[in-house]
Amino acid sequence: MPTIIEAKNLDLWYGQKQALKKINLEIPERQITALIGPSGCGKSTFLRTIDRMNDLVPGVRVEGQMLYAGEDVYSPSVDVTWLRRKIGMVFQKANPFPMSIYDNIAYGPRIHGTRKKSELDEIVEKSLRGAALWDEVKDRLKKSAMGLSGGQQQRLCIARALAVQPDVLLMDESTSALDPGSTMRIEELMRELKKDYTVVIVTHNMQQAARISDRTAFFLLGEMVEVGPTDKIFSTPEDKRTEDYISGRFG
Amino acid sequence: MKQKVRPMETFMGAMFFACGIIAIAFVLFISLYLIVSGLPAIWEIGIVDFLFGTKWASTAAEPKFGILPFILTSIYGTCGAILIGVPIGFMTSVYLAKIASPKMASIVRPAVDLLAGIPSVVYGLIGMMVLVPAVREAFNLPDGASLFCAIIVLAIMILPSIISVSETALKAVPHEYEEASLALGATQIETIFKVSAPAASSGIAAAVVLGIGRAIGEAMAIMMVAGNVANMPSLFSSVRFLTTAVASEMAYASGLQRQALYSIALVLFVFIMIINVALNTLLKKKED
Repeated sequence: MPTIIEAKNLDLWYGQKQALKKINLEIPERQITALIGPSGCGKSTFLRTIDRMNDLVPGVRVEGQMLYAGEDVYSPSVDVTWLRRKIGMVFQKANPFPMSIYDNIAYGPRIHGTRKKSELDEIVEKSLRGAALWDEVKDRLKKSAMGLSGGQQQRLCIARALAVQPDVLLMDESTSALDPGSTMRIEELMRELKKDYTVVIVTHNMQQAARISDRTAFFLLGEMVEVGPTDKIFSTPEDKRTEDYISGRFG
Repeated sequence: MKQKVRPMETFMGAMFFACGIIAIAFVLFISLYLIVSGLPAIWEIGIVDFLFGTKWASTAAEPKFGILPFILTSIYGTCGAILIGVPIGFMTSVYLAKIASPKMASIVRPAVDLLAGIPSVVYGLIGMMVLVPAVREAFNLPDGASLFCAIIVLAIMILPSIISVSETALKAVPHEYEEASLALGATQIETIFKVSAPAASSGIAAAVVLGIGRAIGEAMAIMMVAGNVANMPSLFSSVRFLTTAVASEMAYASGLQRQALYSIALVLFVFIMIINVALNTLLKKKED
């Protein structure tokens, strides 16, 4: 699989505090890459560096390179709205807008200039089907998205991200607030999504990483300790710290 | 163990209750007083002649008591102030809540609060000395004192309440909504107008209603800049508002004229009540 995202000697500081240290990581196309590690290890920070959501944090500073499709996303010539359109994000807490289901999905396409109703209708249906939500909501598209269950809301957020036709989907602990049933449905969905999209997940849940990811990267104290095929990381890790973490000795 | 009697507790409880009652008592007293003293003149003049009569000549040999000029002036003046004040106030609140650096916000916000604290007679005075002559020059009028000046002064006077209430509403919008919008590739401005503002809409509407309430109830400042003549309103003529009609004649009025002034106050009171009910409904909707 060709590499779509590549971090090269990436450092990141929040003010004086260094949160990422010399990260080198390649993320292959159309696979699920899981970032694991204990709280505060930098895995979420790394994820938010890919689509530059960290720009919103005051006092953040990045050095090194984060390449997307060969281009450094921090180069001044990169349009951050374009970047975030190509790299979608799903958050820990489901955050649908307080609007109808339809308007939630149509929000992104409208922002990017799609006005025709027929086109929007098509995008809405395609995105909701893509997120395995269409059958549950097709009769109430005009109803408020706030009336959906937690799991449905999270799939709606996935559909909303798909509606702007991204290449990559970043998921920041997107199932951590959900019940096991909803979590399972979203994991199934991720397996479907990787046929068309590159998926990068951050998870606290090592079983989840083991279940669904193709590659796993282990972060600790701002460093990327080890990366490899998921089976290998979970069976024969090379680094002692990885072994300690996956065997539950800390974290 | 036997329950202890605490007389101080009971006493203080009764005191707080009494203080609560005072507010209600005043509202009831004012409402009743206005109704009782306002209705006779309406009855005598006739409600249609009173509300829709276009001529107010309270001291003429054959007096006329039509208050349509005042009602329309108050409505036009308030609408004008809202039309100018709301966009400016909303933009300022967006700036303070979402765009300004903490340092800039710490300069602008106290300035806005200070604007709220300036007494209305000072607004009137400055309007009289600066705005009225400027309008006379700019539009080549015989007299600058006009509805237009009143609208400008009212627009400035309602800014602080609009700004602070909308800012609070905008700040209460969950950050997650804005994050979701930005992550979809929306710009900051698109996010503010398409996500934050709609999510804060009931609070912003409350700010507008509060502004309407302030504008329609203002008397002193507009009396000083509007010319205070009982004309049917037009933008550049001298006009008189419901509030200023009461204030300017009460000192020397007697008989039916005096009663008619009470009736004007009653009409104003009804307007304010409607606005308050609207405000409460909006705020309640916001809580749901």
